[in-house]
Amino acid sequence: MSSAASAETLSRSGFRSPAFARLLRALLPALSMTLILIAIAWLNPRAISYFGFSLMLNLAIPIALATIAQMFVITVNELDLSIGTFVGFVACVTATWLRDAPLLGIVVLLGSIGVYAALGALIHLRNLPSIVVTLGMSFVWQGLAILMLPKPGGKAPDWLQAFMSLKPPFVPFPIIAAIVIGLVVHFGLMRTSYGAVLRGTGGNAQAIRRAGWSILKTKVTMFALTGVFGVLSGMALVGITTSADANLGNGYTLLAIAGVILGGGEFVGGRVSPIGAVIGALTLALAASPLLTFMHIPPDWQVAANGAILIIVLAARALISRREGDR
Amino acid sequence: MSAIRTLLARPWIWSYIGALIVWLAAITFTGGYGAGGMITAALSLAVFMVIVGIGQMFVITLGPGNVDLSLPANIGLASAVAMKVMGGSNSMIAVGLIAALASGMAVGAFNYLLIRALRIPPIIATLSSSFIVLSIDIAYGRGLQIKPPPAFADFTNIQFFGVPILAIGGAIFAFLAGIALQRMIYGRSVLAIGQNMRAAWLAGIPVERIRFFTYTLSGALGGINGALLAGYFRGASVDIGNEYLLSSIAVVVIGGTSVAGGKANVPGIWGAALFLVLLLTMLNTFGVSAGVRLLLTGLIIVGVITAAGGQKALR
Repeated sequence: MSSAASAETLSRSGFRSPAFARLLRALLPALSMTLILIAIAWLNPRAISYFGFSLMLNLAIPIALATIAQMFVITVNELDLSIGTFVGFVACVTATWLRDAPLLGIVVLLGSIGVYAALGALIHLRNLPSIVVTLGMSFVWQGLAILMLPKPGGKAPDWLQAFMSLKPPFVPFPIIAAIVIGLVVHFGLMRTSYGAVLRGTGGNAQAIRRAGWSILKTKVTMFALTGVFGVLSGMALVGITTSADANLGNGYTLLAIAGVILGGGEFVGGRVSPIGAVIGALTLALAASPLLTFMHIPPDWQVAANGAILIIVLAARALISRREGDR
Repeated sequence: MSAIRTLLARPWIWSYIGALIVWLAAITFTGGYGAGGMITAALSLAVFMVIVGIGQMFVITLGPGNVDLSLPANIGLASAVAMKVMGGSNSMIAVGLIAALASGMAVGAFNYLLIRALRIPPIIATLSSSFIVLSIDIAYGRGLQIKPPPAFADFTNIQFFGVPILAIGGAIFAFLAGIALQRMIYGRSVLAIGQNMRAAWLAGIPVERIRFFTYTLSGALGGINGALLAGYFRGASVDIGNEYLLSSIAVVVIGGTSVAGGKANVPGIWGAALFLVLLLTMLNTFGVSAGVRLLLTGLIIVGVITAAGGQKALR
């Protein structure tokens, strides 16, 4: 009798408990990445090495930065459809002005962050749908990028190129960079008191306002942070590719949204996870080309495989959240 | 006076005013030359935006997060399916149209399946499925160089006194969609779901059936649009639908539909489509470079939404 009762408590606190499901859900981004890593290791053991990771995760840093940028706006229930072309714009500025006239380059980049902050204010004050405003801005950034660099070209500043091709001992640079990015943002957004206010704007703006915080200020802060990380992403991208093109970042908009969601973030309610987002971005970067190349998937079907991987990971997550029973 | 005020209070009026201003600016520049031709050209291009825009409108009206990002891939695949099935022969036109419609509906139903069965947020579900559809299109439509049947190509280019037949069809279709939205149980259900999904469910609305129908409808319209585009531009291609990702969302929102869902507007879609097409026409007549054209398009979209904004909508 007593053993049956204890078995019941065990089952409630054990694998079927909501707490376990929540833990599983938090671990899911990491689990999905591990799964993809195992697949890569199985298909090509030599890829699991210092050089293998350096090559496979080459483009992961800009993707991770763009994903974090997108995460900031998603935290306050907005969406940025212009982050991709913004990254392209920053890449063009970095490969031209930042190299030839550093002062002008810095002013332009800071100015573009200011534009992001102003957009946050505009969207909040006029109560505009961010999807449309950023849709318009995506044309603006692309137009500016094309005006600046009509043909692919330019050259990354030497210091940036040197920084992006750092070869630290033992651990490849992209992995160190990803850990640093994830931890810094995690601390700022999840562990500080103002971070809680920022997330609260997405969770319950009314409550935050009643508590005496300015929603305008939190929205402007979040959009400015998106600008900052967009700038970092564009600079990192140019540091890797060494030259720029106005269309360089176009794919990043949807990639960044997918990364945030893969990482356990949600579109509304201020529920995001910076570390998850970084892992989501790495998963996407790994799934994008290396895995598919090793699986000998014909080029025609690579995009489909990408979509399928997204679907499988999200389906797994849905299974777990169903168990969590919070919807 | 009060009539004007009620007219100005309509959210869609601004898109028509915008279209008119842009058109006037363009013909002022050309000194009145080509004023009619500009409208004809705008009507024939705007109708493609209207067709997918209406599908997108029903989807967006379902509530926050609902959007169909698979339209470009869907349009591309349907254009290839239509051209292959028609095979350039006039007798197969109807079969080809039905095939394109079926292909679009299949994509739409697949989207809903992902959203419902796997509980994936619609944005990501339609994005993932668009990757898959794109691959199918690339594999299926490789090297496809089939011209549309002559009768079909001619049909898509027929004009009555400068008004393209497709635009007439598009206007009738928009009228019917308006009735479906405001006067039919289906449309009222979509609006109710967009306002409060749980309340709609409690009120006995078959929420999931309506959502299924809406995503399938959006897919079907994408399919038809693909076939018509292939006829109009005389051939299918993988990227024939690319511009409809952004423009389908843009016409819906500029036209006065709330991105937060629950509030839709059909007449505004025509106004917004005409506005966007005429805007590009105007910038082309000014002879500006591609960069300036993009820059101005973006600034004007932001400007219009700022001027017309103030609606209760977060996204």
